[in-house]
Amino acid sequence: MSQLPITVYSPESSLASPTKMLRDMFRDLAAGRELAFRLAVRDIKAQYRQALLGILWAFILPLANTVTWLFLSKSGIVKVSDTGLPYPVYVFTGTMLWAIFMDALNAPMQQVNNSKSMLSKLNFPREALIVSGIYQTLFNASIKVGLMLAALLFMGITPGWSLLLVPVAILSLVLVGSALGMLITPVGLLYGDIGRALPLLMQFFMYLTPVVFPMPQTGWAATLFNLNPLTPLILTSRDWLTDKTPSMLAEFLVVNALAACLLLMVWAVYRLAMPILIERMGG
Amino acid sequence: MSETLVRVDGVSKKFCRSLKKSLWYGMQDIGREITGHRHGGNGELRPDEFWAVKDVSFELKRGECLGLVGHNGAGKTTLLKMLNGLVKPDAGKIEMRGRVGAIIALGAGFNPILTGRENIYVNGSVLGLSKQDIDRRIDEIIEFSEIEEYIDMPVQGYSSGMAVRLGFSIATTIKTDVLILDEVLAVGDENFQAKCFKRIGELLAESAVILVSHQAHHIKKNCDVAILLERGRCRVQGAPDDVLKEYKLRGSKKSNEPLSILGSGVEKANLSTVTNKIASGENLVLELQLHAREEVACDQAYLNIVDAAGAVHAQCHLDCLQRDFVEGFHRLEVSIGSLYLSAGQYIGNFVMYGGGGKETIAHLRNSFSFSFDGPPNLGPVYYPKASAKEV
Repeated sequence: MSQLPITVYSPESSLASPTKMLRDMFRDLAAGRELAFRLAVRDIKAQYRQALLGILWAFILPLANTVTWLFLSKSGIVKVSDTGLPYPVYVFTGTMLWAIFMDALNAPMQQVNNSKSMLSKLNFPREALIVSGIYQTLFNASIKVGLMLAALLFMGITPGWSLLLVPVAILSLVLVGSALGMLITPVGLLYGDIGRALPLLMQFFMYLTPVVFPMPQTGWAATLFNLNPLTPLILTSRDWLTDKTPSMLAEFLVVNALAACLLLMVWAVYRLAMPILIERMGG
Repeated sequence: MSETLVRVDGVSKKFCRSLKKSLWYGMQDIGREITGHRHGGNGELRPDEFWAVKDVSFELKRGECLGLVGHNGAGKTTLLKMLNGLVKPDAGKIEMRGRVGAIIALGAGFNPILTGRENIYVNGSVLGLSKQDIDRRIDEIIEFSEIEEYIDMPVQGYSSGMAVRLGFSIATTIKTDVLILDEVLAVGDENFQAKCFKRIGELLAESAVILVSHQAHHIKKNCDVAILLERGRCRVQGAPDDVLKEYKLRGSKKSNEPLSILGSGVEKANLSTVTNKIASGENLVLELQLHAREEVACDQAYLNIVDAAGAVHAQCHLDCLQRDFVEGFHRLEVSIGSLYLSAGQYIGNFVMYGGGGKETIAHLRNSFSFSFDGPPNLGPVYYPKASAKEV
C-alpha cells in the first residue's frame, strides 16, 4: 500500500528540477491521450450536429476568399504576376493551406477558453486540451485536403507521387501553428487584447506569404517574403500538392526544426502558467 | 489501512481585490515561474492583496474525514482548489498519496448537444477513466442515475435534477484514495438522496476525505476532525462538536443585531420586555407597540424564543393577535407562559402576517432579550400559550 504515488504541491517552480518536469510532461501527455480523443470527438460531433451545413463549414471561408481573389484578378482591379499554375488553383490551394495553419494557430487558446469552467473545477492532464485541438484541426484539414484534390483533378492537374508527402506538409503547418498558438495562449487568456489583435495581425501576415499572389522577385517585399517563416511552409505544401519540385525545401526543414524546439518550450511554459491562469481568469 | 494520505503544512494563498492588478500580477507570476522563481515571493503582500488562506495545516489518514466549515468567503473553496492541484499555494506544502478525486461540480464538461450516454464517456475520461473502464461501468452508472429512458437524449433536454444525478453517478463510480467533497453529498429528491448517502458512506470508509458543508449534521455525522476557517485562518481545529459550536456562535454574533422589516401599512413597530429576568414557571410579559398608517388585518403571528446560537427553544402561536389594527397607535400587553426554559440568555424573533400569510406586516428580529433562571437542559421545543390585551 505504501507504493501509492505521491503528489506534492508547493510554491517551488517545477523548473527547479527539469528532468522531473520533462518526465511529468510526457507522462501527462500519455495520460491525456484518450481524454484528448474524447474531447475532440465531443466537439466535432457537437459542432456538426448543431450546423445545417455541417462539414461544409470546414471550407466555406477559404472558398469565399478564393472567389474574392478570382474576382479581383479577373476584373483587373489587382494585377497578379505569373504564378506558374492556373490562378484559381494557386489561390484555392493557398487559402486552403492558410486556413489549416490558422485553425492550428487558434486552437490552443480556443480550447482553453472553452474549457474554463472545467479547468477551474477538475484536475485532468492539461495537455489533453492542446492535443484535442490538434486532433480537431487535423480532422478539418483532412476534409480540406480531400476537397483540394477534387478541385485539382477538376481543373486538370494530376497530382504525382509527391502527394504522399502532403500529410507531412499538413503536419508541419499544424506544428508551426500550434507552437505559435501556444506561445500566445498564456497572455491571451489574461488579456483579451491578444484575441482581438490576432486576426488583424494574421491578415497582414497572409499578404506577406505567397497565399493569394506569388513571391515578389526583387525589392524589399521580396526580402520580407523570404524572411517570413511561413513562406517555405505554404510554398512547399503547394508544390507537393501540385506535383512540382519544392523550391524552398531546406528552409522548410529548418522552420520545422525550429518550430519543434519552440513547441517544447511553449509546452513547458503552458504547463507552468496553467495554475496561475486558472487562479486569475476565474470561470 | 492507516497510512497518512494527506499532509498539509502551513499552506497559504493570496488573492487580489482588484481585477486589473490581479491580471497584472498574473503576468508577473508567469514571468517569475518560467524563470524558475518560487511562487508567491517571500510571503509579502503586494498592494490590494490579502490572504485568502493563511497557514493551514492538517494530516489525514485513510478512513478519516475532515470537515471544513466557515462562512462564505472564509477560504474553503480556495483551500480545496489547492488540495486538488488546480492552483498553486503561495506558501507551505501539500502532499497527497494515491489517486485524488474531487466531487465539486457535477457534470462539468457535459456538452448539452450530446446525449447522456456520450457525455458519460466524455465526463468519465475527464475524471481519468479509460474507455474500457467506462464500458464496464456504464450500465451501473445509468442504473444508479435512474434515467434509462432519457439516456440517448441530448443533455440540454434534461431537467437540472437529471443532469446532476447523472453527474453524481459518474463521479462516484471512481474509487479514490483521497476524496474532496464540496457541498455535494446528495442530490435529487429524497429517495435518490438516500441512495447518494449510502454511496458516499462507502467512499468515506475507504478514503481520506475532506468535506465542506454548511450543514452541521453532515459534519457531525461524517467527520472525525473539523476546522473552522475564518478569513482564511484556521480559527478552531479539533473535535467536530467543538468546532461547530464555535462556528454557530460566530455566525450568531453578526445576526444578533436587531432588525425590523415592516409592511407598507406600518409606520413603526416595536416589541420589548416588561421584565427581563424570568424564573421557571413565570410568564414572559411583552409590550407590543404598533403604529399603523392604515388599517391592517393580521391573520398570523408567531414568536420564536431562541438562544444566542440561533436554536429555537420555544415557539408561540400568537392567535391572540389575529385581529384588525385600525389606523393609529396601538399598545398591547402580550403575556406568554408559563415558561419552562433551560437557564440562560434568550432573544425573541417576532413576525406578523396579513393577506392569508402572504403579506408581511412586521418582522422583528432580535427585538428583545431576557435571561431565564431555571434548571439546565429542560426539554425540547415546546409551545407556550399567549394572551394579549390592549393597554
